[in-house]
Amino acid sequence: MTFINYASREINCKIVYYGPGLCGKTTNLQYIYDTTAPTAKGKLISLATETDRTLFFDFMPLELGTVRGFKTRFHLYTVPGQVFYDASRKLILKGVDGVVFVADSQEERMDANIESLYNLEENLTSNGYDLGKIPYVLQLNKRDLPNVIPADEMVAELRRNGEPVHEAVAAKGNGVFDTLKSVAKQVLTELRKS
Amino acid sequence: MHEQQYLQLGHILNKLRLESFSRVVFLVDKNGQQIAVHGDVGNIDTTSLASLAAGNVAATGGMAQLIGEKEFPTLSHEGERESIHICIIGRMLLVVVFDERSSLGLVKLRVKQASRDLSSLFVEVERITQERRDREEALFAEITDDDIDSLFN
Repeated sequence: MTFINYASREINCKIVYYGPGLCGKTTNLQYIYDTTAPTAKGKLISLATETDRTLFFDFMPLELGTVRGFKTRFHLYTVPGQVFYDASRKLILKGVDGVVFVADSQEERMDANIESLYNLEENLTSNGYDLGKIPYVLQLNKRDLPNVIPADEMVAELRRNGEPVHEAVAAKGNGVFDTLKSVAKQVLTELRKS
Repeated sequence: MHEQQYLQLGHILNKLRLESFSRVVFLVDKNGQQIAVHGDVGNIDTTSLASLAAGNVAATGGMAQLIGEKEFPTLSHEGERESIHICIIGRMLLVVVFDERSSLGLVKLRVKQASRDLSSLFVEVERITQERRDREEALFAEITDDDIDSLFN
C-alpha cells in the first residue's frame, strides 16, 4: 500500500519480484543495486541460506527522484522461489503496490513458471488483491540460454491481462531496468488515477 | 500523514525515548515503511531496520497463527550490548533500541504508555485523511506522464 507522507513530502511504494526458484529475482535486484548511484539507493539486504538461495526476502530501497515536490521511493523485494517457502511469499506480498513476475525461459522450467504464477494469483487473492487490477509486469528472463522457449509461446502461456512483457538476461543486466521502469510507471499512474 | 500529526508523533516518540532511556525509537508500518525515527541513529541503516522489523513481525505473526494465536503483540531481542523491543499498535510497529542504560521492564512500561497516545493519534490521522482525501487526490491527479517519465531519465 503506497504510503504518502505529506509532512516530509515522500511517496513510498512496494514492488515485489515473484517467480519460481532460481529464475533470476535476486539477480534482478543485484544488478539494480550494482548499477545504481550510491545516493539513490540504500543497502541490499538478502536473507539467504548458506547456499545463497533466498530464505525470506531480499530488500532494496531505491529513490527515483521527485515528482510534484514529492520524493518517490520504491522498496524492491524478492520472494523465495522454492515451493516450500509459500508461507513466506504470502507475507511478503502484504502491502504490495506492483508485482514483477520473473519467468525462467528454459524449456524444462515452464511447469515451474506456471505453478509459480498460479501461486502468485492465490497469494494475491488471500491478501485481498486481484492480479488483474494491480500494476503488473511479466519478465522473460534468461533469453540468452540455448534451450529457451520462443518468447511468443511464453507470452501465450503466461501473460494474464495484457501486461507489459520484457525479455531479459538479468545476469548481464539486459531488460532489468526496462522491467523496473515499466512497473514503477504503472504504480505511479495508478496512484494518479486512484 | 500531515504536518501537525507528524509533529505530535515526534513528540510522543521523543518522550518515549527520554523516559525509557533508550537509544533510538522508530515507528514503522507493517509493510516495512519507516514513518518516523528519534534518537541516536549512529550508523544504523534505518530503512533496512524498518524493513527487517516488519519482516520479523510478519514471520512471527505467521508462526502465531499456526499455533492458534492472532499475533504476538510484542517481540524482544536481547543482544550483548544492544537490544530491541517491538510492539504492534494496529497497523504500526513501535521499535525501541536500547542498551545497558535502560532495561526491558522499563522499556515495556513506557512503550505501553506511549502506545495509548499513539493509538489515539492514529485514529485522528485516519479521520483527517478521510476529510482531506478529495484535496489530496486532486494533487496527484495533476501528475502528468512527463512527470513520471522524467524520473527515469
